[in-house]
Amino acid sequence: MSVALPAQERDMAEAPAVVRPRRRWGVAALGVYTWLVIIYSIAPIAVMIAYSFNKTPRGRVVTFSWLGFTTDWYRHVFDIADLTQALVTSLEVASIATVGSVLLGTPLALALARYRFRGRGLSDLVIFVDIAAPSIVVGASLLSLFISLNWPRGLLTIIIAHIAFDVAFVTVVVRARIAELDRAIEKAAYDLGAGPWTTFSRVTLPLIWPGIVAGALLAFVLSIDDLIITTFVAGQTLTFPLWVYGAVKVGIPPQVFAMGTLVFLGGIVLTILNALWQRRQPA
Amino acid sequence: MEQHLQPDHPELALPRLGLRRRLAPYLLGLPAWAYLAVFFVVPLVAVLAVALETGNPDQGYVLTWHWSELTSTISLYHTQLIRSFEYGAISTAIALVVSYPLAYWIAFHGGRHKSTLLFLVLLPFFVSFVIRTLTWEFILSDNGFVLGTLKRWHLLPQSYHVLSTATAVIAGLTYTALPFMVLPLYVGLEQIDRRVVRAAHDLYANHLVAFARVIVPLSAGGIFAGFLLVFVTNVGDYVNAAILGGPGTTMIGNIIQTSYLTNLDYPTASALSAWLLLFLLIAVAAYAKVFGARRIQEYA
Repeated sequence: MSVALPAQERDMAEAPAVVRPRRRWGVAALGVYTWLVIIYSIAPIAVMIAYSFNKTPRGRVVTFSWLGFTTDWYRHVFDIADLTQALVTSLEVASIATVGSVLLGTPLALALARYRFRGRGLSDLVIFVDIAAPSIVVGASLLSLFISLNWPRGLLTIIIAHIAFDVAFVTVVVRARIAELDRAIEKAAYDLGAGPWTTFSRVTLPLIWPGIVAGALLAFVLSIDDLIITTFVAGQTLTFPLWVYGAVKVGIPPQVFAMGTLVFLGGIVLTILNALWQRRQPA
Repeated sequence: MEQHLQPDHPELALPRLGLRRRLAPYLLGLPAWAYLAVFFVVPLVAVLAVALETGNPDQGYVLTWHWSELTSTISLYHTQLIRSFEYGAISTAIALVVSYPLAYWIAFHGGRHKSTLLFLVLLPFFVSFVIRTLTWEFILSDNGFVLGTLKRWHLLPQSYHVLSTATAVIAGLTYTALPFMVLPLYVGLEQIDRRVVRAAHDLYANHLVAFARVIVPLSAGGIFAGFLLVFVTNVGDYVNAAILGGPGTTMIGNIIQTSYLTNLDYPTASALSAWLLLFLLIAVAAYAKVFGARRIQEYA
């Protein structure tokens, strides 16, 4: 009996599922359903791309009808100075907030994944609440803080706010990566005479790097797309989402869609490059 | 951690012992803790204290422990507060029902194309949230692509409209929620050991029973994570109501936002924030109580 058991287990794991016809239909139907939902979630993106080529009179989208094809909005994509400035501001904020949150979040992730210590539960709780708290309350609370400190609202306060929510996401993502690592590799480095710093920079850091990149990408995306928290702490400074939201009432210039399309394509290219790069790395 | 291999040369195991080892986590965590304490925890506690202040925008506010602010705001704005939770709950439920079969199919039958399919579902993340909401205004507009066509075919009366109704706001909230729901569901389903499902079949469970009694309970963590992300975000949202909604669909987020930024009425805004947080906490705790979520922090 005890001899037969491992073989039995292996059969269970490897035997092909007994597929009955009704089951196959069910799976196929689910596949069709999945593609329909994918089409639904991509529909607004298709609309954005289509409208970036629409001939729009007087440069404001007030009617939703199709008036003919044009590439004008790409040729004049940076013509609206304050919109371009808003996009630049968004990219600046997202870049600085990403770097800041990675610098703060990675050491915290190391502490949480590698050590048992007093206050770990509290630290977990704060990270959890930071992710789960509604943006509107977080934004409002930061505004109150800046008002009571008498800090003028602007670029700096936007970056401070973005780091405050990005850091939690970076910590969670990097920590998950560290938890997956085999500690024996670092122990081997110690045993071969490497000091803590050499071990960290030559062994640990390269191993957790994919986690840091994933956390940084998430932080960047969250930061560049944030509207609600930014509204509270921006003062007169406008980021891309704030500019677009402010323009809704008067009509959106089609350049917004052209920029959105370019950002979309840029994001996809970066993601694919990152995926290819990750694939080249040994797991 | 206690069971690590004994090195042949104990003197090389320096960082693992003594004071240095005990201090290490605090030194590593300190910058982030200090930052979060100053720019997250303290303001969050302080904003709730403002609810107990009185005054006006010109002369400033003082803390008077004026609890009546809390009761008066709720009697003024309970409609919007209830509506927000209603919209939040409906959109979260729809997003869950729509996403689950999709996440299940990708995790269990996606084969080689798993990551590609997931990537397609997550594509909306690459487009600004405001632009996505705006394009729904286009799609749902009275004579737009969908309604216009249906009206031309006389399938809908000319006066029919979706924008500025609750349907439009809930549809927008549901759409925004979708990728946030799919991702944790997929992660939860992907982690299920296929042998457990096989075992259920061997014990004469049919596919429906195996799904309901094995797969769904094992993915409870993913469901909770999705619920948490989507429900909290949607209850506190004001963008969908502002772009797709009308006067009758104002949510609590809209009220908090205007109280803060337009009316400069900080006590009211703070009191509403406090109520919003309190009810969200109750809702999340109730969910955890009913469906069980022992390790809440792990889903963060």
